[in-house]
Order: sequence, then C-alpha cells, then structure tokens
Amino acid sequence: MKKLHRRSFLKGGLAGGAAIAAVGTSKHAEAAGSFGGYPDSMGVLVDLTKCVGCRTCEAACNKEQGLPAPDKSFDDPSVFEEKREGGLPRRTTEKAYTVVQKYDVPGREHPLFRKVQCNHCNEPACLTSCFVNAYKKTPEGAVMYDHTVCVGCRTCMVACPFYIPAYSYSSAINPVVKKCIMCYDTRLKFGKPPACVEACPQEVMTFGKRKDLLKMAHQRISDKPGAYVDHVYGETEVGGTAWMYLSDVPFDKIGYDTHLGDQPIISYVKEFLTIVPMVLTIWPALFTGFHLLSNRKEALKNEDTKS
Amino acid sequence: MGGRKKTLMGMAALMLLTAPTGAQSWAADGPGTVELGSLANHYSAVTFDHAMHVGVATSCADCHHHTTGLAPTDPNCVRCHKAGAQAQSVSCKDCHSDKRFSPEDLEKTGGNPQLYHKGKLGLKGAYHQKCLGCHTTMGGPTGCQDCHARNDQGDAFFHSGKYAPAPKASGGHGGGH
Ligand code: SF4
Ligand code: SF4
Ligand code: SF4
Repeated sequence: MKKLHRRSFLKGGLAGGAAIAAVGTSKHAEAAGSFGGYPDSMGVLVDLTKCVGCRTCEAACNKEQGLPAPDKSFDDPSVFEEKREGGLPRRTTEKAYTVVQKYDVPGREHPLFRKVQCNHCNEPACLTSCFVNAYKKTPEGAVMYDHTVCVGCRTCMVACPFYIPAYSYSSAINPVVKKCIMCYDTRLKFGKPPACVEACPQEVMTFGKRKDLLKMAHQRISDKPGAYVDHVYGETEVGGTAWMYLSDVPFDKIGYDTHLGDQPIISYVKEFLTIVPMVLTIWPALFTGFHLLSNRKEALKNEDTKS
Repeated sequence: MGGRKKTLMGMAALMLLTAPTGAQSWAADGPGTVELGSLANHYSAVTFDHAMHVGVATSCADCHHHTTGLAPTDPNCVRCHKAGAQAQSVSCKDCHSDKRFSPEDLEKTGGNPQLYHKGKLGLKGAYHQKCLGCHTTMGGPTGCQDCHARNDQGDAFFHSGKYAPAPKASGGHGGGH
C-alpha cells in the first residue's frame, strides 16, 4: 500500500519534472550520476546475530540526543509487543531515533532483535527528494538535516525507502523532521563513535571506515560458514548505506526490504531534481499552503487522540 | 623444570596485570575471584567467581584464548603472538581494549593493513559475548542485573526505578506511531 503510494508520488514528480527539465541546469543532472559515497566515510556494521535486545542503545540515543523522556522505561521488554497498524513492529519516531524490534523466527532458538535507525545512505533519497536542500551528506558519512530551511512538506518521509524521518508536531509554527544524525554534532565529527555503538554491551555494532567494515563483514561471513546469510545488507542497496547488517536469518524474513535494488533512488528522480532551482523560486508559496493544511489536519488529529 | 618456571612467570604476570582492577583471592587454578570493574559506569563492578567457573568449565580454553605457559590457540593470534609478552598474559583486558573505537583503536583494528587486528572486539564486547554466549547455552543467568547491580546513574539512564516514567493516565496509547 505504502509502496504504491510512494511510487505514484515519485511518478507524479517525474511527469512534472519532465516539462521543466529543459530549463533546468545540467549541473544537477551530472551530480546525480554515480557518486558512490565519500571514499573515507565512516559507517557502522551491525551484526544481528549478537543482539540480545537489551535496548541500551535506545537509552544511549535518548540521552545523547537530549530526547524527551520515553513512555516506558528502556528496560521494559513490553515494547517489543507493541504493534502499529498492520501488525508491524514499532518504528522510529520524533522521540526515538532508534528502536529495537523483536522477531520470532520459526526454527530459531532465540528471537532475533533488530536495531533500526537512519541508514545514512550514500545517496540518500531524503536528500535528493528535498526541494529546498534541507539535507546534506557529510564527508564523515552522516546525513544531516537543517530545520531552518525545511518547509515541512514531508517529501523526505515519503521518499525514504526505510521509513525513517519522523515529523515533530511539538511546535505548530516550526514543525521539524527528526531522525538519527549518527551523533554527528557531538561525536562523529570529532572522530568518536555514535553513542549507541559505544553503549552496546554486546558490541553488536562495529564503527569504522565503511570500506574497512565491508571487508570485515565478508571476512566474518567466510570465517564462519553457515553462521550468516551470504549478504551484507546495505553494501549495495539503494546505492549503498553507511549502516550495514549481517544476519543469520534471510533479510526478507526480518522486515528488511530486499526489493529496493542497487540504484540510488536519485536515479529515478533525476529529471525531477533538475528543477530544483526553479522550485526554489516558485514553490515556497505553494508549500506555505501545504504547510497550513497539514497543520490543520494535525490539529484535528490531535483533537481526535485527545478525546 | 622449565615448565614450572614458565608457569610461575605466567602467574606473576597475571597478578601484575589483573591487580589494578581490584581485590581478588586465589585458588589453586588461578584467582578465586576477580573484580571486573574497569568499565563500571551504570552498573557496579562484577565480582567474578573464577574458582566456581573453573569447576564448571571443561577447559581454560572455554573462556581464555590461551592460558599461562601455553601458546595462544586462536589461529589469528598465533600468527604473531606464539610467544612473548602478549602470549604470557591471560587477562582479557590486555588484548581487548577498553577504549574500543577510539582513533588509536580504529587505526589498529581497521585501518592498519600490517596488523591482523581487524574487528578485534573491545573489552566490553569480549566480556559480554563470552559470558552471555556461554550462559545462554549452559542455562546460566542472562539478565543484566544477574551479574551486576545497576546503580543510580544506571537507573536514570534507563529511565527506570525511581526515574521510571509515570504511567499514562489515558492508557491504551502504547503503540508506536
Ligand atoms: S544495546 Fe546492543 S545488544 Fe542491546 S539492544 Fe542495542 S544493539 Fe542489541
Ligand atoms: S535511511 Fe532514509 S532518512 Fe536515512 S539517509 Fe537514507 S533516505 Fe535519508
Ligand atoms: S547514531 Fe546517535 S542519533 Fe543515531 S541512533 Fe545512534 S545514538 Fe541515536
């Protein structure tokens, strides 16, 4: 359902873009080629076979990012049973940049736990879909978001193939998108590992240069035949991601989308991107309208939940 | 003869190397208890009953890559550390860094092609993977506080105990978004 929605949304964008593409500068089209990521960017290799579901990473993120107090203690395992619509496990929110999900896999002795956060794509769909360039990919690997230029259109939320950016409604005047920033401000830019990585007792996550992590990941797979599925999720998906995963259970069985393909989502919206300069001049007015509308909708929704 | 000397040397090394972590008593096969506290932050130090584990384990190698006087068994370690200071020490923290992912550690465990230290676990990871791994298969305790009691700082960190969030008045709004 959701996927179809995204597709048609992007298609709509393409159609709109085609008309104006001719007047756009070719510079953007070139930039949208095969970037492949910064050569020395950092990443995190997550070994799902090691995670015990203690949620220390969630607590560490909450503290590091100064997020609001959680609804339940971070040592409360009942969160694993919480389900969204459609029986899906909980996901990242504006109050929780990372969440651990639990999967009961038939035939596996213990449940599998999976930590979810922004994957810090090499060529992020959130970035390429944003009309006002609110996102940037830093050479260190983090995908950052600038709330001062965001117009609140929420295109990034639709474009992200991993459903990561969350919307904060805490302020109706200045709504902002919230997501994991790989602890860029406080840690990554000083060469330090993300807080969640450091806090994990099991060293589920290995922090290092993405290219080193990739070698390490394949080494781990070949060192222990049968212990892992022969795939590093995030090595190639949507052009590669900074956060990558090893698992003993096929990825499609534990909530990973294995049909994303190897092409960055940028390719599909390339033509669309060439209209960015144009968009900058004509769209703000339009978005002010969108914005007000969505605020009204949210206000109504909040009324709903209150009653 | 030589063997005995080696063992004594190994024991001396062990004492030197583990002493700073805190109090310990001795049994015939190494320390009776070891205080594992160099990483204590949200939890109190672990008082590790070494003597008891010696009784449970089938061999030292269940936990240690090598024991005093014997060469390391890990094929990756033996490449360079068949003998020498590294092979003499049996304390986890002498090889597994308590500063995992620091720039120096990253250089050694990731960037330096001259070293076979790629992805070598830090001390915290080594402890937990070893202890929890075995406890899971052997049916030992696996809860965090079964081994180390959480302190006040830890309660605050986990928003638990006296820092636990007040239950939602409306209730029924437990789900994610
Ligand atoms: S802290 Fe580590 S072991 Fe615990 S839930 Fe997070 S990733 Fe898993
Ligand atoms: S995972 Fe989503 S939010 Fe994160 S960088 Fe990729 S597209 Fe953007
Ligand atoms: S990298 Fe930082 S912001 Fe992202 S989930 Fe981990 S602690 Fe949170």
